Amino acid sequence: MLENGGNSAERKRIIPRRVPVSRREPKERIKDFEEVVRGYTPEEAMAEADRCLQCKQPHCREGCPVGLDIPAFIALIREGRFDEAAAKVREENLLPSICGRVCPQENQCEERCTLGKKYEPVAIGRLERFLGDYELDRGKDVPEPAPPSGRRVAVVGSGPGGLTCAADLARLGHAVKLFESLHMPGGVLVYGIPEFRLPKRIVHAEIDTIHRMGVDIECNVVVGQTVTIDELFSEGFDAVFVGTGAGSPRFPGIAGQNLPGVQSANGFLTRVNLMRAYRFPEYDTPVRIGRRVVVLGGGNVAMDAARTALRLGAEEVRIVYRRSREELPARQEEVHHAEEEGVKFTFLAAPVRCLAGEDGRVGRIECQRYELGAPDASGRRRPVPIPGSEFIMEVDNVIVAIGQGPNPLIQKTTPDLEIGPKGTIVVDPVTGATSKRGVFAGGDIVVGTATVIMAMGAGRTAARAIDAYLRGEADPWANWKVKVR
Amino acid sequence: MFRILKKEVLSPSVKLLEIEAPRIAQKARAGQFLILRVNKQGERIPLTVADCNRERGSVTIVFLEVGKTTRLLGNLEQGEAIRDVVGPLGNPTEIENFGRVACVAGGVGVACIYPICRAFKEAGNEVIGIVGARTKEFLFWEDRLRAVVDELLITTDDGSYGRQGFVTDVLREVAERSSPPDRVVAVGPLPMMRAVCRVTKDYGLKTIVSLNPIMVDGIGMCGACRVTVAGQTRVACVEGPEFDGHDVDFDELAQRLRRYQDQEREALARFEAECDGRC
Repeated sequence: MLENGGNSAERKRIIPRRVPVSRREPKERIKDFEEVVRGYTPEEAMAEADRCLQCKQPHCREGCPVGLDIPAFIALIREGRFDEAAAKVREENLLPSICGRVCPQENQCEERCTLGKKYEPVAIGRLERFLGDYELDRGKDVPEPAPPSGRRVAVVGSGPGGLTCAADLARLGHAVKLFESLHMPGGVLVYGIPEFRLPKRIVHAEIDTIHRMGVDIECNVVVGQTVTIDELFSEGFDAVFVGTGAGSPRFPGIAGQNLPGVQSANGFLTRVNLMRAYRFPEYDTPVRIGRRVVVLGGGNVAMDAARTALRLGAEEVRIVYRRSREELPARQEEVHHAEEEGVKFTFLAAPVRCLAGEDGRVGRIECQRYELGAPDASGRRRPVPIPGSEFIMEVDNVIVAIGQGPNPLIQKTTPDLEIGPKGTIVVDPVTGATSKRGVFAGGDIVVGTATVIMAMGAGRTAARAIDAYLRGEADPWANWKVKVR
Repeated sequence: MFRILKKEVLSPSVKLLEIEAPRIAQKARAGQFLILRVNKQGERIPLTVADCNRERGSVTIVFLEVGKTTRLLGNLEQGEAIRDVVGPLGNPTEIENFGRVACVAGGVGVACIYPICRAFKEAGNEVIGIVGARTKEFLFWEDRLRAVVDELLITTDDGSYGRQGFVTDVLREVAERSSPPDRVVAVGPLPMMRAVCRVTKDYGLKTIVSLNPIMVDGIGMCGACRVTVAGQTRVACVEGPEFDGHDVDFDELAQRLRRYQDQEREALARFEAECDGRC
């Protein structure tokens, strides 16, 4: 086996810069929905893996929400042992092709990379993606599950949290059924994140693996409407995991926000991603985008919406964000991609109202300038409006990407589920147990909005607790007490 | 896949499908809807659940063929299947013993008002059904309605059956009676619901309307179906589809319903060209 670090001479050899990854030219890529970032080739992956210092105290691992053994898989890549490297990743992460693409590595593993203190950190995300894709291309083996436990678990929502929880439980020998409200599993991975950032064939392939592990998937079931949680228990399930995400879009509460031509980023992206409206009329769902588009918000969803609008033929796409560039919550890489593609930014501004044009659709948007004041509860400087600074822009579409709230349907029909002040489900963070016996929850439905990997981490935590509960090893409700914040 | 157990042609371009959907059949109540997708390339469209049979595990939908999707749906035959059906969605109609209830329907809304009338009747109300159709041949389910209402008043635009005129003419008379309805429910084309609300406002009759805005997911995620009700933005799929009609901004809703009109026309034209007049 590999020793941690190899010989000392090798350990000291510093390669300051990352192996660049090839990307499609902005001018080319905005004409279609094909993926922007091409992955590493095996040679590139091995060269990048060679930069890893193989630290004895791997801080990168601490930065990973699922605690991936990063130095170990990188050491295997360096030796060209890709199958073993992929198996190593899969021990902790079942969706490497997805995480390698959409995790904010720059705030997680890569931020902690020792090499990154002085030089560019190891491109851990790109290496993870390389392994995931390598396996998908070859068709991978399904991990052997533990002997059947005889217990059944319902997993509600097939986004990253639900998928991870389902896969883990299946591996532990439980019979798992995954319920999805839309017609296709994947949650935000299929309705939210665009094709050019996360190709749907990757998502389908990863879900297919989970299906082959024995997880049963039933689409078109809205838990809370089609069946209630209590009815799931009557159907014979012994435990339930709720991972229904944060899918309810917020609107700014301004005049004219319901004019035709003003839409939520969620709705816009769902049409394009899930319903494939960008291939209308081959696909029946229409999407309509005019010449000038304003996107409100500064997160990844705003970047996705802006870049999608460009690809649908908009001539000018402008992101309006109420704080400054430094506070943009989106990944830097995505901001960079958006700018490369021609997306424009207006910082320190927020909408006041939308105004109708002659045809009754939105024609103008009035905004107001802001300045940054004292830090708020989030630690970021609070944007303060500047009186009299209103200005008007001509628009054909306004896309609202100012955040999403938790989906309310389960809470509405499960009266004994304790709900937080913002509509999220309250859980014990150690186990993911809710106030209702046998019911666990995790992901955005618990924390509001976070990341794919955080949801996966929560799905994993809950899977462990569910397993212990079903085996009678631990009872999270023996002294369930959670203080509502 | 959801199998079609029965198909009926109710009137020119209005069709009925009974679909095998056991989960929805167990749960659906008056006023709720489902969303379906005919095939892999299909769009998701909302349709009201007109009836359900818990023993057969089936739900019934009735629809007017207006665009490509409803035409595709209308071309399906018994034994064939619909790719996706999800529901029941939205909130059920608020059913109580209000006393006397007038249920008003126009066009294909007759199918939606039927389970509502039945539920009101079962709750002990005196139910007055007011139904309007363009002509006699567009009228359907008269017998079914008669079985669940105390009084059925029918109008046709051309006078070919029942009274000549609009449902609002009859509704006004009902409102003028010495004992007017305690509640009005209206389901049908938007201009009809708006006209009903104008009449009932004059008489101070509480009126519930069932809205059918553009939707994608039906679970509150896309915001396409938002409507302004009493000055507030509401999401029809999870907060509705029924609202107090006197609070609904119908002008805005009418505008929002037209926002994909060009694409809808294009899709229909292509569909008709492709099937070469055979469908």
